[in-house]
Amino acid sequence: MSEKYIRRSSQIAARMLGGEMMIMSVKDSTFFMLDPVATAIWQAADGSSSLSQIVTEKICAEFDVSPEIAAQDAEEFVQELAEHGILLISDHPVINSAVVNSTQPRGMQ
Amino acid sequence: MSLMYEMNQKALKLGVPLSVHLDVTYRCNERCVHCYLDHDDHGEMTTAEIKDILTQLSEAGVFLLTISGGEVMMRRDLFEIIEFARGLLFNVKLKTNGVMIRDAEAKRIRELGVEQVQISVYSHRAEVHDRITKLPGSLRRTIEAIRFLRSQGLKVTIANVLMSENFSDYKGVMALAKELDATFTVDPTITPKIDGDRSILSLNVGDSNLKQVFRDPALVGDVDKFCAPPPVPGEDVMEGYPCSAGHTGCYISPYGDVYPCVAFPLPSGNLRRRKFLDIWRNSAELKEVRSIRAKDLTTCSSCTHVGTCTRCPGLAYMEGNMRGPSTADCQKSFQRTGLPSANMLKRAEAGLDLRRSAGPLIQIQTMASPMPTFTAEENLLSA
Repeated sequence: MSEKYIRRSSQIAARMLGGEMMIMSVKDSTFFMLDPVATAIWQAADGSSSLSQIVTEKICAEFDVSPEIAAQDAEEFVQELAEHGILLISDHPVINSAVVNSTQPRGMQ
Repeated sequence: MSLMYEMNQKALKLGVPLSVHLDVTYRCNERCVHCYLDHDDHGEMTTAEIKDILTQLSEAGVFLLTISGGEVMMRRDLFEIIEFARGLLFNVKLKTNGVMIRDAEAKRIRELGVEQVQISVYSHRAEVHDRITKLPGSLRRTIEAIRFLRSQGLKVTIANVLMSENFSDYKGVMALAKELDATFTVDPTITPKIDGDRSILSLNVGDSNLKQVFRDPALVGDVDKFCAPPPVPGEDVMEGYPCSAGHTGCYISPYGDVYPCVAFPLPSGNLRRRKFLDIWRNSAELKEVRSIRAKDLTTCSSCTHVGTCTRCPGLAYMEGNMRGPSTADCQKSFQRTGLPSANMLKRAEAGLDLRRSAGPLIQIQTMASPMPTFTAEENLLSA
């Protein structure tokens, strides 16, 4: 299976609220609240890291979850957000991706 | 329970200002007969000042940002402001009359990732709309703008403020919205002018019109349900707070003044002198607003409508008491259900005519409300 590289779309709004990420697609107004694990994936989606790398380095290293389950959950999560245009999937790294900016969403932790 | 509701509850618990309505100017190219604003520039914030405030707002956790005016396009730096706001990942909603939006502007608004645009339309007939805006050709320009925006795939909401002059046209505006593939909202309330002048309240719709609006299934859906007598309020209602104003949202004027809501002109601090979070957390005025629960409301706490009334604390404040009734909302509850409010009964006992009260009978609130819960936004009937 080829690697997946994910990056955040420019067509989203996002803010941290109490440790969870609020995300809204400005295209279809779909609204998501991401739990801490999903938030970690979303924050790492800079286009240059592969999904498997993110799972290993950001999820398994920081959360109590097995690699198999983390990989499966991450796959489903990425697919769902991609369907709403919130995450963009590529089969190669995207350097200087067209993420709306490099600023991580701010907000009250 | 929707995610949005959960988000609001969480923000309320954490004391996070989830939504802010920012007026970037009071200047306008229209002169609407019912407008509550003074259109002179008394020293608007500069681009740099607004950018600094946007940064502060993002750090405070603000997610939903409504940019309004006046006419927002009167600011030459509007797109620079929006671009900066989008860079901070705000969800941006724009309120405009659309007169200055052509194809290029619509394209830019889409590129910047504005989530939705709200545009005021008073009638589907140019002679009525243009008479209200006092700008010849404005309806044509506004409709063209909506087409430009829709052609870019942007979500557009047509807001129709109802007055006696245009009441009979709301179905025409609704049909126009359908033709343009835009969402339609109608607002049967008007507010006094910002300087306290109440003369524009004479433009309001009458009781029979209000009743008609509340019984139009195209506007309210299930009429029986909408107009049903209110249930007996439980303890949760009495312990509840009146609306999101000052709790999870606030309003910022073009001069940096912070208020609980655009419809609640209680000065709570100025951003040229204090940081946003200092005002949000420490303003005595906002603290007072937050302290009020339904059980604390004079008269309204004993009203049969207390759990379902659209009572606006801003309108109550403009009548002289933020804990008191808003007679406009008493009228709405009465016209909706046929049951008089406690305030109406009290005044009748005292031999007072509600219509002759210090406050206006029906106040048309600003269409521009940032609040996602029970203030002006809640009084809009969406279709």
